[in-house]
Amino acid sequence: MIELENIQKYYGQYHALRDVFCHIAEGEFFSLLGPSGSGKTTLLRTIAGFEHPDSGDVKIDGQSMAKVPPNKRPTNMVFQSYAIFPHMNVAENVAYGLRSRRLNKTDTKRLVRETLAKVDLVGYEDRAAHAMSGGQRQRVALARALILKPKVLLLDEPLSALDRKLREEMQSELRRLQRNLGITFVLVTHDQEEALTMSDRVAVMFEGRIAQIDSPETLYRQPATRPVAEFFGSMNVLFAEVLAQSTKDATVNVEGLGNISIPADQIPTIAAGAALCAGVRPELMTILDQGDTTAEKQTEAVITEVEYRGELTYYDIKFPGTQQPVCVSMRNTTTRRIKQVGDTVRIGWGRDSVVLLADQ
Amino acid sequence: MSSVLRLYILVFILFLYAPTLLLPLFAFNDSTIIAFPLSGFTFKWFGVLWQEAGLQSAVTNSMIIATASSILATTLAMLASSASVRHTFPGKAPMMGFIMVPMFLPEIIVGVSLLTMLVLAGMPLSIYTIILGHTLICVPFCIAILRSSFQHLDPSMEEASLDLGETRATTFRRITLPLIVPGVISSLLIAFTISLDEFVIAFFLSGTEPTLPVYIWSQLRFPKKIPSIMALGTVLLVVSVCLLSLSEVIRRRNARRLGLDHKPGV
Repeated sequence: MIELENIQKYYGQYHALRDVFCHIAEGEFFSLLGPSGSGKTTLLRTIAGFEHPDSGDVKIDGQSMAKVPPNKRPTNMVFQSYAIFPHMNVAENVAYGLRSRRLNKTDTKRLVRETLAKVDLVGYEDRAAHAMSGGQRQRVALARALILKPKVLLLDEPLSALDRKLREEMQSELRRLQRNLGITFVLVTHDQEEALTMSDRVAVMFEGRIAQIDSPETLYRQPATRPVAEFFGSMNVLFAEVLAQSTKDATVNVEGLGNISIPADQIPTIAAGAALCAGVRPELMTILDQGDTTAEKQTEAVITEVEYRGELTYYDIKFPGTQQPVCVSMRNTTTRRIKQVGDTVRIGWGRDSVVLLADQ
Repeated sequence: MSSVLRLYILVFILFLYAPTLLLPLFAFNDSTIIAFPLSGFTFKWFGVLWQEAGLQSAVTNSMIIATASSILATTLAMLASSASVRHTFPGKAPMMGFIMVPMFLPEIIVGVSLLTMLVLAGMPLSIYTIILGHTLICVPFCIAILRSSFQHLDPSMEEASLDLGETRATTFRRITLPLIVPGVISSLLIAFTISLDEFVIAFFLSGTEPTLPVYIWSQLRFPKKIPSIMALGTVLLVVSVCLLSLSEVIRRRNARRLGLDHKPGV
């Protein structure tokens, strides 16, 4: 559907997009995720045609978009500020793009009503744009883009201006809308939770470069690099060293946890000069009760910090001979006793809890 | 302290507006001598105005010049403001600087150099040459107003219009222009007012067709004409107060329509 081929974009000396390769499939909910300044909005605006890459090509439906201006592209965009035209009412806003299609009045009216129904705004046709709330403006912006039946809908941080409750409602509503319409959605967001809950696939961007493109689950469980791992939730990053490597697997020494054998296909390819490290999610380690021997591996540790958060308790622990605290989270149950600082406990973990990362 | 401040404000406002109020006072005074005590109430000086053929042609000239130069200056300023707010290009800063210079240049210098240039170019002096001169000095003021209009206009409004399939030209007509209309009206009014009471350049470039200020200056040499000049001044005063009120009404109505009540000066 959308093919981005080796896109490079400079603003003066600043390299805004670097070596961007990305294929977005038809009907996919695709997210561009990254901190501010990572180039995600620039990339979205490149797809829309508002920015021109210095080299590389954007193809939509197999056609190069290099010479196609924004008004001729099969894409429509929902802007971060919504860009609702303040001198028009809701119906005029929604019908704005229809003018070039030369429909008659009854068809236009019917289409506007149908589209407003899709975003749950029937009856608001004559409202002035400034008399609408933030959430309603968002829906107007959606309707205005969707009425043109684009092949691709581009959304630039559409939910960042809404309060938390409304944002969660709109997340599921956007997801439902996308499934019903079957249109390709490309969403820009800096909110990792938003990207995880809504998307089929996510491209994580840092400093103008795509670090990893994968499904939300893979990104969370098998991040390729340390920045990606740390961007999603919390991740303990431990020093790691390959001791011996065969074609089948490698023996890796992980700080505090000892030697682990890891299958060869799970060892990331590392750029020259970069180090290797190991990541362990706090929820993939447990503090074992006395007599519990179910864990694959056990390591003794001392609790240095306890943070009670209702549903979960977070413990900072230290393995013997290490300096770096490691975080372990435990679900609170009616019978489980909260441990105290200074307690010596046995930590249970498995080989699958550990993921090797490129430390970039 | 606050009573001292209050007195200061009172004196300040009196100093600012009292001279202006003398105009209508003597315009209705039944005497050719401008002095107190007032001698009696009359409308006759306004009647005298009607019969002045020279005045009528001066008013017509001034109206044509002010209308033409305000439209020209606003159009040029719209292009320059849009370019300077929306785009970056090499030499932008010096270019904008040079456009703004006539705002600070003494008018007599502009007048003399324009006259020299027109004479060298062999162009006869007429109301067209005054329009040129007035457009030149109005453009910086119009840019100052319109730049702020463009700065307040969210660029994604225009992008949204392009994105929805409209061309740049229709985007300007359907989105940009309606949203900067308050600025455009202010710009037209400012340019109109500047042109209407500009004297130096009009004096240098007018040839045989004087503008209103040039005409008034020429009449001041005759003491008998002074009361009717006072009457003319009164008419101009009323007209400018009406124009200013009108522009404020339009601005407020527009702000309300766009839901911008809390953002004055847009």
